Amino acid sequence: MQTHQFDALIVGAGGAGLMAALYASQGGAQVAVVSKLYPTRSHTGAALGGIGAALGNHEEDRPEWHMYDTVKGGDWLADQDAVRVLGEEAVDAVIELEHMGLPFDRSSEGRISQRRFGGHTSNFGEKAVRRACHSADRTGHMILQTLYQQCLRNEVRFFDEYQVVDLLLNRNVACGAVAIKLGSGEFHCFNAKATLFATGGWGRVWQVTSNAHSLTGDGTAIFLRRGLPLEDMEFYQFHPTGLYGLGVLLTEGIRGEGGVLLNRHGERFMERYAPTIKDLASRDVVSRSMYLELRDGKGIRGADYLHLDIRPETVNRYLAEAGETRRIDEDFIARNLAETLEVCRVYAGVDPLREPMPVQPTAHYAMGGIPTNVDAEVIVDAAGRVLPGLYAAGEVACVSCHGANRLGTNSLVDLVVFGRRGGKRIAEFVRGADLVPPPMDAGEEVKAEFERIRNSAGGSRPGQLRSALQDEMMTHVGVFRTEEGMSVGRDAVLDLRQRFLQDLGIDDRGHVFNTDLMEAWELGCLLDTALVTAESALARKESRGAHSREDFRERDDDNWMVHTLVSSQAGGLVTEQLELSLNHDKPVDRSLEAEDERFAPKERVY
Amino acid sequence: MDIRFRIRRYNPEAGRHKPYWQEFTLGDVEPTQRVLELLHRVKWEQDGTLAFRRSCSSGICGSDAMRINGRNALACKLLARDVGPKIQVEPILGLRVIKDLIVDMEPFLAHYRQVLPWFVNDGPLPADGRERLQAQEDKDLITDSTNCILCAACTTSCPSFWANGEYVGPAAIVQAHRFLFDTRDTGDEARLEALGAPDGVWRCRTIFNCTPACPRGIEVTRAIGEVKLAVRKGSTAGIIDPATIKQQH
Repeated sequence: MQTHQFDALIVGAGGAGLMAALYASQGGAQVAVVSKLYPTRSHTGAALGGIGAALGNHEEDRPEWHMYDTVKGGDWLADQDAVRVLGEEAVDAVIELEHMGLPFDRSSEGRISQRRFGGHTSNFGEKAVRRACHSADRTGHMILQTLYQQCLRNEVRFFDEYQVVDLLLNRNVACGAVAIKLGSGEFHCFNAKATLFATGGWGRVWQVTSNAHSLTGDGTAIFLRRGLPLEDMEFYQFHPTGLYGLGVLLTEGIRGEGGVLLNRHGERFMERYAPTIKDLASRDVVSRSMYLELRDGKGIRGADYLHLDIRPETVNRYLAEAGETRRIDEDFIARNLAETLEVCRVYAGVDPLREPMPVQPTAHYAMGGIPTNVDAEVIVDAAGRVLPGLYAAGEVACVSCHGANRLGTNSLVDLVVFGRRGGKRIAEFVRGADLVPPPMDAGEEVKAEFERIRNSAGGSRPGQLRSALQDEMMTHVGVFRTEEGMSVGRDAVLDLRQRFLQDLGIDDRGHVFNTDLMEAWELGCLLDTALVTAESALARKESRGAHSREDFRERDDDNWMVHTLVSSQAGGLVTEQLELSLNHDKPVDRSLEAEDERFAPKERVY
Repeated sequence: MDIRFRIRRYNPEAGRHKPYWQEFTLGDVEPTQRVLELLHRVKWEQDGTLAFRRSCSSGICGSDAMRINGRNALACKLLARDVGPKIQVEPILGLRVIKDLIVDMEPFLAHYRQVLPWFVNDGPLPADGRERLQAQEDKDLITDSTNCILCAACTTSCPSFWANGEYVGPAAIVQAHRFLFDTRDTGDEARLEALGAPDGVWRCRTIFNCTPACPRGIEVTRAIGEVKLAVRKGSTAGIIDPATIKQQH
């Protein structure tokens, strides 16, 4: 196995990984970025509407208001030390992106233009505020491109189309990762003083998702298999406005600019569910409201979708009704929501300037993941003990600044803020650390697993198993949950997992770009990630944020202001029985509340 | 509807070392299904060895550029109804085929790096610690070229690139345009020199294949023309007339 040595290994080349790579390299570290895609193809590029920061370029705004919205949006499960960092550093981080050349849209004064977004308010929930800094509706694309360009300028080493399949630990110190070079099928050992996972989410666990095919929970599965805990896996966000049938994301920025959700009667139903900020309530609230409308038979033409309307005549009517002076026209939409128009025209044959868009909630974002502290260091227990040399940032990490539900724009804030902190911390760490060699048997186990899959000749095709998994999770571990349904879902996942281990069959026995093999391995990651999601969800007997149980409808602050940690006791990479153990000893950090009682938990109304 | 697929196959590890065509038939295809979904159906239902790149499936990542019925496109952005019941799929041209629809992207990315595709401004930052100011009209000069997702559809549709792989190609020039016409950037000198080199922008013969090939609707040939003017003048000043920037709807 070819071995590469670096100070720092970054796994994943989305926004968090590139931010960490950039800052680690600027801090003097020799950095390698290993990514299963070309970096500019990472899913950060699909983020649309904006990145939140209290710049106050149009109206008064303050970081503490951003913090409050984040805590409330997260239904008081977010760790407030992390939220403080998020709010404070967002401003600085966005300014830095501008300094790196990010082409933001501009206000009339030439400052970064900002728009409204769900759950973002001024003065502790008083009214919607313009906080989302944007570049049309392709902000994520611009962030990804800008960071990649700056990494090239900074001579970061890229290993494109190398897929990490195992984490290297030696006597409880992280020392790199094992990756497959997709073009040849060879295994490579990346030996590093510091290893940061930024592998993104796992939307492909569900049938309808905004996520790329590549988002298969590789990072979470690898950590689980190496005996490391995962945090708050029950909290998975469904974005309200996926394009009907496809799940492709339509940005919340559409509602930020004045778009409204309508049921079959043409009623703006969010007025009933969130009287103050209506369509701009947080995503979990809007998605649930949509499900309730659909369940009530108020879907368009009786089907399971609703309308999202951005036509100027509709928007202007509601703006006038609200006593606002702002009006929009077709040019405004074309300029600010270009991507939306394109997506609707291409995929739905719908022109949003002429007719409303058909939408349904779509699996979108993982609030849970690899537990870290605010410096992106991975922690391994409820007391916050750090595993030396190991870091995580971005969607795969759980710091937890999003709590039980993430606010729109905060994913981009998270990845630049905590990616940057991780990169800086790594630069310091590697200066004083020795390179720990990989364990003697590095890669042996994972190679054996790949040989099993490569030569598998059973009756269950990966595509079949994957779509069965996605159906089960959509039906039983989706927006609304019950004990009974989730148990059925969990048992189905266990059954599919058995078939994956005992009856898998693939066609391609080759080594060069064996995407059949890689997809099958990714399916294993999806199965393990789905299983811990279901188990974590079953254990949390309350409703909070995105975790909404019909058999426990209320939030239970007395018993459940704690994070879930789930880990596998079985040991070994792939085992017949994943013996999961759950721990609920990790309390929520409430440091903002300690200073300001307005941060105290209360009923969550919008 | 039924779909007849004709797919260009190549497997360097199999006994047959030459590319060949293979046919597949799919039933129950919805007219609104993406060509990418249909390729997945072939792979998942009929032949797992079929290899192609894909990720986002919604036209933003640029992984699945391929030649579909003779034209470059992203497989996730073409629907069955757009291409009809017979679909011929082959790899994009001008880059070495590694397996089936997967080509070697390295030469393409090397050309990209050649134009120094990163923002340069080492001057002092605003004293108030805030963003640099820029008028929206100035930002609009590069809105179109910042749309590029490096899918290579333009470059691999270009006969000049097919004839000479050393030519930096349309995508790299669009990327250079994004920085050259960014009013905040100060790196023009080195970039214009790179583009004025023999394998730079002058290899473009204005054939126009690149513009219709772009899945992002970028006016590629126009961007190349503007870069040519900038190289000739040694400066980007006054080249783009803001009044002529297209409206996007």
